[in-house]
Amino acid sequence: MEDFYREYILDHYRNPRNRGTIEAPDITYEDSNPLCGDEIRIDLTVRDGVVDDVKFSGRGCAISQASVSMLTEMIEGMPVDEVKQITKEDVLEMLGIPLTPVRVKCALLGLKVLKGGVYGIDGAADDEDL
Amino acid sequence: MAITTPSTSTIDVESIRAHFPILHQEVDGKRLVYLDSGATSQKPLAVIEAEEEYYRTYNANVHRGVYKLSEEATAKYEAARVKVQRFINARSGKEVLFTANATAALNLVAYAWGRANVREGDVIVFTEMEHHSNIVPWQILAQATGARLEFIHVTDDGYLNEDDIARVLELRPKLVALTAVSNVLGTINPVKELTTRFHEVGTTVVIDASQAAPHMPIDVRDWDADFVAFTGHKMLAPTGIGVLYGKRAVLEATPPFLGGGDMIREVHLGNTRYADLPYKFEAGTPNISGAICLGVAVDYLTELGMDRVREHEKELVAYAMQQLSEVPDLKVYGPPAEDHGAALSFTLADIHPHDLAHILDRENIAVRAGHHCAQPLMEHYDIPATTRASFYIYNGHDDVDTLVSALGRAREIFQL
Repeated sequence: MEDFYREYILDHYRNPRNRGTIEAPDITYEDSNPLCGDEIRIDLTVRDGVVDDVKFSGRGCAISQASVSMLTEMIEGMPVDEVKQITKEDVLEMLGIPLTPVRVKCALLGLKVLKGGVYGIDGAADDEDL
Repeated sequence: MAITTPSTSTIDVESIRAHFPILHQEVDGKRLVYLDSGATSQKPLAVIEAEEEYYRTYNANVHRGVYKLSEEATAKYEAARVKVQRFINARSGKEVLFTANATAALNLVAYAWGRANVREGDVIVFTEMEHHSNIVPWQILAQATGARLEFIHVTDDGYLNEDDIARVLELRPKLVALTAVSNVLGTINPVKELTTRFHEVGTTVVIDASQAAPHMPIDVRDWDADFVAFTGHKMLAPTGIGVLYGKRAVLEATPPFLGGGDMIREVHLGNTRYADLPYKFEAGTPNISGAICLGVAVDYLTELGMDRVREHEKELVAYAMQQLSEVPDLKVYGPPAEDHGAALSFTLADIHPHDLAHILDRENIAVRAGHHCAQPLMEHYDIPATTRASFYIYNGHDDVDTLVSALGRAREIFQL
């Protein structure tokens, strides 16, 4: 269990990076996990095809919140084309903790929202497509 | 009351547990602490064996065959109806309709009674503490008919807001939908008193008794509500069987819901004469083994005594509240034990209920984390979710103690 709620997971949960909203985002997208009620919204500004600024808002469990917080750090300054290439394996590796199937959903909610945003199409990021 | 034998003796949890095979499993040497009976109860061996016996020895369709198997299946199916009738103290088996679950029962009222009786501009009332199954059917009905929805909100300590009750009574609503016991806050609502008040202004009263029927004596004649819905799987029976009680005169005046076999007297190409109650509302082959098993579950509970079940759970909830109050940063929702059913919701500091339930699962403790199909209530308290421990006849102080100790462990993991 200590493996699961590691120091950095709790740190991102309690001190999330890039938390907030952007007033005039180029991309904004939100989604929720109806099972647990977790909600995440991600706002992005893009300059010359690169993620210039990113903010997230919403609420959820330690895993979903830490995951999206770490994800925003990862994509800051990243070309949008590369953001589109992020896989669920990348996110799970980034988290670095063993997850049960139910908790994988928590971990991937942030990526699902991000993909929904950068592809600009609802449903483009079903779990299978991640 | 269906069960009038008052008893001061308490339930012997150990002897009850012996009847529930699932409780004897261990994971990593830890016994199962099942605290999610509000979602579904575990099943005693008597129920499990009754289901097997039906399929092994007398599986046949009901109300049709003239052969022995069908006669036996029909007799046992109808005997189960009488058991349920006595359990809730209905006047007649004609008032006891078998449905798939409480959701199906409530939807039956919304579609069959609702579409025949609710008109544009009518007022439909429900409370903020309803399960989604006692909200969404009324929203659909309102959209279809142009009726208006009004709400009774809850107070911060988990009771229905009296000002709202007085306000909606003046609107003389067509229908009020009310839970007997909240599945989140545990609040036991004064069903009889509210039914009387709503009847005085001509309102039809629908009671969701899903969290009441398994846990306390219910007496539909004393309540006097027009419809009462509950489900079998929360009261020791299998999934897929529920009950809608309706007053006979109300059911007689209500058109059928689903059309099909078994609900007819005679069918012509152009028209049909419907069957008498209760069959008018039981189209299609019913859940025969489910109904029979519900009858066995009712026998089990009746033998135990519903007064004793209630006393046991009241004592257990009081103990749990007292023990949980000693956990720092823990907040319990809902009224005190005397007005509290078997479900206990809480939050612990900034630990999300999903994380908490996961940590408890590592200790082989099963609790529910989430909005409990009661999102309006979560909005009221401005929380995304709660953790809910819900108790039943097989739970004892040892389960509460294990829970409290695991909550301490969760505090350590979250560095509180």
